[in-house]
Amino acid sequence: MTEAILATQGISKSFGALKASDDVSIDLMAGEIHAIIGPNGAGKSTLIKQICGGLKPDTGTVKLLGEDVTDLPTELRARAGLGRTFQISALAMEDTVLQNAVLGALGGQGNPWRFFKPVLKDKDLLDTAMEALERVGLQDHAKTRTAELSHGQRRQLEVAVALTLKPKAFVMDEPMAGLGTEGSKRLTEFLGDLRHQAPILLVEHDMDAVFALADRISVLVYGKVIATGTVEEIRANKDVRDAYLGDEA
Amino acid sequence: MTRETLFNSAALAALALVPLWAHFSGEPFTVTLATRAVILALAAVGLHIALGLGGLVSLGHAVFFGIGGYAMGILAHHAQTYTPLMEWPFVIEGTKSMPVIWLVAVVLSSVVAYFIGLLSLRTSGVYFIMITLAFGQMFFFFAISWSAYGGEDGLSIYVRNGFPGVNTLVPIQFYALCFVILAAVMFFAARLQRSPFGLALNAARQAPDRVETVGLNPMRLRLIAFVLSGAITGLAGALFADLNRFVSPTMFSWQMSGELIIFIILGGLGRLYGPVVGAVVFVALEHILGDLSDYWHIYLGVLLLGVVLFARGGIIGMLLGREVAHD
Ligand SMILES: Nc1ncnc2c1ncn2[C@@H]1O[C@H](COP(=O)(O)OP(=O)(O)OP(=O)(O)O)[C@@H](O)[C@H]1O
Ligand SMILES: [Mg+2]
Repeated sequence: MTEAILATQGISKSFGALKASDDVSIDLMAGEIHAIIGPNGAGKSTLIKQICGGLKPDTGTVKLLGEDVTDLPTELRARAGLGRTFQISALAMEDTVLQNAVLGALGGQGNPWRFFKPVLKDKDLLDTAMEALERVGLQDHAKTRTAELSHGQRRQLEVAVALTLKPKAFVMDEPMAGLGTEGSKRLTEFLGDLRHQAPILLVEHDMDAVFALADRISVLVYGKVIATGTVEEIRANKDVRDAYLGDEA
Repeated sequence: MTRETLFNSAALAALALVPLWAHFSGEPFTVTLATRAVILALAAVGLHIALGLGGLVSLGHAVFFGIGGYAMGILAHHAQTYTPLMEWPFVIEGTKSMPVIWLVAVVLSSVVAYFIGLLSLRTSGVYFIMITLAFGQMFFFFAISWSAYGGEDGLSIYVRNGFPGVNTLVPIQFYALCFVILAAVMFFAARLQRSPFGLALNAARQAPDRVETVGLNPMRLRLIAFVLSGAITGLAGALFADLNRFVSPTMFSWQMSGELIIFIILGGLGRLYGPVVGAVVFVALEHILGDLSDYWHIYLGVLLLGVVLFARGGIIGMLLGREVAHD
């Protein structure tokens, strides 16, 4: 068996009495989309934070490309190859769309310690940024202030910034949230292709998208993985129906 | 040319021409006033890099202003009394050379900014304000108790320090020197704002999470910004002391730190020309209103209130509206 690109091993995290992550072990293999679903407050975002940095697990390890990254700060995990999108867009709102994408490219390149040459005249950075914007369909909005984007466009920009990093694995926290049917459909198509560039750990509430995309699904309830399997296995799983899916399956 | 660059060029031109006019119409006092404005503008341009770009509300920038001032005061004091600054393990003499004094001022304020930044940047918001304020007070009280260099009374310098090829005793010449320095620093600051570093720093202010997830360390960006910021304000401090031929603990006072923030808010937060316009208007008001009443700060307070309540973008924002995203 080939090695996982990204894996958590026995991650636990408590907030006081609340077990937000309870012995979570999941992995992400090359070329796949591994979806994580579960009710609100199940601990999905908390898990993402422990994978991407910013929150340290009480126990357990996070491995990226076989390396233990549990003690690395967020920015070094990003450098090691994690491309993350946020549940709530985290973008430089006063800056243009292009500037946000260029920031990603700059991070991917890794050297912000240049103080004189205009960053928007750097051909390499611009090319990387524009390519990412084109891929998500934002190229015509490059000069738009990010604050003026629609909610859906901001979600697209989140994805574009992650693309500029050329990551080894994508970690996406509800990229479809608030997109509307048309937007979800387009992004679903896009992510379907993207998995061949790098595998995607996908937290998502949109079940149509999850069932269409996921190679595997893990179900998180009260911080615990209650089931992992293919779409069919998960749809057929009784515990999952009771805990989360209900009629949707 | 956009309206903004037009305005900026006009402001800079006025800053160059008004003192020249004053010089030829025999009003040296106006020249001195303009010199004061330009130097304070330089100090505030320094703060702008931390505050406007980095979002770091430092209420302790007087530390760097004062360090620059004392660098000048101490070096010149030893030069004019023909006593070495120290003899062991090696001899350091005083100096009356501005370039040397500036270098010392810049290096010292950078080093101090680095350590203050290292300690204070772990905090944010009100705590950051308080820590920087506390550092300011530490330096202030240290200067007061430093009797070797005048303590509370400060240090006087008999003759203004020298710069090769310039007669610094002639007000307009010293003004020209200060103006050129301001213009040069602003040129570099403008480049900095658009540089890779500037982009990352700007983003670290608006969305630090984003900056981290693209693999950059917001804290380190802020620290470097704080050092650059302190260095510029330190340079301004050396010039300010030279202008007055006097340095005292008031250069370290929290009121001084507060005034630098006022310049920025008055002129326009986030814009490079904000601190310049703010400092000029402040000095003008100080002069005009100060003549009318000893309580001119009351009027200043009302003006500030007006700016904060009705013109968030400061004077420039009022005139030009929101800054357009530049290429
Ligand atoms: N820093 C924190 N301190 C205390 N409790 C927290 C903290 N972060 C998250 N929690 C709690 O942990 C639980 C899991 O939260 P989390 O955000 O991970 O859920 P989620 O699965 O992402 O939910 P949603 O689908 O609504 O996004 C929630 O009950 C939340 O209130
Ligand atoms: Mg969540």
